Amino acid sequence: MSARKEETAVEKKESSGAVELTRDQPVFAPATDIYERDDAVVVVCDMPGVDEKHLEITLEEGVLTILGYADETEPTDHELVYRGYRSGVFRRAFTLGTDVDPEKIRAKLSNGVLRVELAKSEKAQPRKIPVQAE
Amino acid sequence: MYWPEVRTMGFDPFTELRRLQREMNRLFEGFGEAEGGGPPINVWSGRDQIVVTAEVPGVDPKDLQVNVQNDVFTLEGERKPEEVGENVVVHRAERPFGRFARSIRLPYEVDGHRAVAKYRNGVLTVTLPRSESSKPRQIAVTAE
Repeated sequence: MSARKEETAVEKKESSGAVELTRDQPVFAPATDIYERDDAVVVVCDMPGVDEKHLEITLEEGVLTILGYADETEPTDHELVYRGYRSGVFRRAFTLGTDVDPEKIRAKLSNGVLRVELAKSEKAQPRKIPVQAE
Repeated sequence: MYWPEVRTMGFDPFTELRRLQREMNRLFEGFGEAEGGGPPINVWSGRDQIVVTAEVPGVDPKDLQVNVQNDVFTLEGERKPEEVGENVVVHRAERPFGRFARSIRLPYEVDGHRAVAKYRNGVLTVTLPRSESSKPRQIAVTAE
């Protein structure tokens, strides 16, 4: 059953957020990479089937929320013979530990991958303090 | 189910066991058995064509390889890891990366020459027309 096991790593995780959506579609938490540079926090989410028109990114009180709808039309007059995934809603929220500048958030969506770059505010950036020798 | 061929030379019990396991999986899952990990796939069967969709976000379409041989569909490719650069702290790394290859048996034979593959927003859609030889043929019954 090793093949099965590998697959679960890729499988979408169904989200159990406290706030429910009005759409009756399964909600998934997108697989996400987050890394932090000196000047920015970068959030990368896998959101296959989502285009820029069906994507919402909000930052409110230090919480970054990502919401996207997979706009996939299923073929009509076809019988589903093998189901490996479901399409639906991607939603995930992150509490940002560092201060970010709300004016300097850049988001890019390409090939179903969302990349949000949140620039840190001046005071949250590490500062080098020069040491003077006496 | 077919009988395993008898091998007299180079018999490897582990290979045999794995093959047996695959066969058992196939028995329980029907023809829609997918081997190997990799991106999730949906298979839709129509009267004259099969539509296979796969979620492969972040893959350059050039790095995707779709092969069809008779009734076996194979998807191969590579997901490159995120280039984070130097001096970074990684908080989460959930997105899978690396080479993948998966095969799936289709409900009937398709014509690979007329197949069309499209990639949009990280979703691959392959339309596979039914091969002429696998089309059902109605045989007229004549009364004597």
